[in-house]
Amino acid sequence: MSVIEVRGLRKSYPDTVAVDGVDLSIAQGEIFALLGPNGAGKTTTVEILEGFRKRDSGEVSVLGMDPQVTGHDAREFRDRIGIVLQSTSDAGDLTVAETMHHFSGYYANPRNADEVIASVGLSEKSGSLIRTLSGGQRRRLDVGLGIIGSPELLFLDEPTTGFDPEARRSFWELINSLRNLGTTILLTTHYLDEAEALADRVAVINKGKILEISTPANLGGRSTSLARVQWESNGAMIEELTSEPTAVVQRLSSQFNGEIPKLIVSRPTLEDIYLEMIEAVGGSVE
Amino acid sequence: MKTLPSMLTLGIRRGNIEIRQFSRQRESVVFTLLFPVMLMAIFGSVFKDTIAPGVTFSQYFVAGMIASGLVNSGFQQLAIIIPMERDFGSLKRLRGTPMPVASYFIGKTILVLASMFIQLILLLAGGVLFFGVHLPTAPSKWITFIWLTILGTAASTALGIAFSAVPKSGRGASAVVSPVVIILQFFSGVFFIFTQLPAWMQQVAAIFPLKWLCQGMRSVFLPDSFATQEVAKSWETGKTAVILVVWLIVGLAFAIRTFKWERS
Repeated sequence: MSVIEVRGLRKSYPDTVAVDGVDLSIAQGEIFALLGPNGAGKTTTVEILEGFRKRDSGEVSVLGMDPQVTGHDAREFRDRIGIVLQSTSDAGDLTVAETMHHFSGYYANPRNADEVIASVGLSEKSGSLIRTLSGGQRRRLDVGLGIIGSPELLFLDEPTTGFDPEARRSFWELINSLRNLGTTILLTTHYLDEAEALADRVAVINKGKILEISTPANLGGRSTSLARVQWESNGAMIEELTSEPTAVVQRLSSQFNGEIPKLIVSRPTLEDIYLEMIEAVGGSVE
Repeated sequence: MKTLPSMLTLGIRRGNIEIRQFSRQRESVVFTLLFPVMLMAIFGSVFKDTIAPGVTFSQYFVAGMIASGLVNSGFQQLAIIIPMERDFGSLKRLRGTPMPVASYFIGKTILVLASMFIQLILLLAGGVLFFGVHLPTAPSKWITFIWLTILGTAASTALGIAFSAVPKSGRGASAVVSPVVIILQFFSGVFFIFTQLPAWMQQVAAIFPLKWLCQGMRSVFLPDSFATQEVAKSWETGKTAVILVVWLIVGLAFAIRTFKWERS
């Protein structure tokens, strides 16, 4: 069953076409990442799905509802989704627990506030004012507030921007634990390693159009692309692209009679593939 | 499956959390609650002249400051806080939850009522204890005081929400809003005796609600004999009510149309 169904979505602003015919189908329980440079149309697409923006044309169904609903239907729609925005920096004069308990009161079937605080690793900070939290802790609180209403679908907009590597890893663990609850997650990110670590499928979007939708391992023919073997010979690095890297290594090994100097065997990273795709259509990555 | 909590329930919970937040923001507590009291203390101590039989300038001034209190806790407070919440992204976050818009406004109204209540108590207590203001004894005066306060607060709240669309950023909000309030206070006869202001200033002030709130509060706190000292030689109670209702409607219409959830 698909949780998000989008056909021919279009949205223009006075000076630019932000979304230019996007099709998407996201299944229940899936973690789906939307990748693309700044201004590619990621945020506009997501905000249309969240019900923050109106589309110009196209069909959109989120949890079987039109996100553009108003009035009581809008309340029911928002009761079933969770939204973690790009940046929220409240003045922070409430404690973590006060905020979580208050937000839990908005929903029909909220999760237990203290359990959610524990699940985002903030139990020790429960009684602290939000303004005393670190950036990473605030982001965890944001995610906690996003899941307090037991959403069927969670939107995560660039959740780890500005994180140090350690904070990012522990954040990924948190998101993976949501996967086990069966929550469908739509994630936008700048970080390719993040998409690779979390997403079941990724879509690359540029200039309002989807370039490809695939698993991280198969994107851009990555799994079948040539391997790169690099080694040192006479003080210079040599490289060879091959579909049979094992044979090349064997050949080199006998040539060097054992250890191959500075040997590297690599496949294109998701980032290589992604940059190639964006550049191929004349886009630029900031 | 349980149902969503009602708009009113959530509005009251919002009010509760708004008050809690407010009480922890030292600047807003000082600015909104103590500043009017400090002003009253300063002006009341400097100008001690008698301006009419049985009426000192401090009494006149206290009535004006009570009227200003309604503008401070409603208009000024909301027109500054809401742009800040918009900048912080907290408004957008709220909009992404099932909490209805109306609950947010109910919460803000409760915050305004609470801070207005504290401000009124402080101003009345200060006025009575230090500046010889007499609390009225006639029930009719208290009735006037109550409807004037309710209507004034409602108009002030609606106009504050409407005006919150004007400041471009949260940081600049107070620089945009405060001068409007201060100029209005000068024009409306809070700091000076209204009848002594130039005629054009009086005419400009008569368009805006503060002048009428001041006049109404004088009708409550000054002896009835002073009515002859007003521009129209009377308290113009009915006209005051009409003008406040008009401003309330204007405020509501703009608040609904121009309210912005996020920074554009």
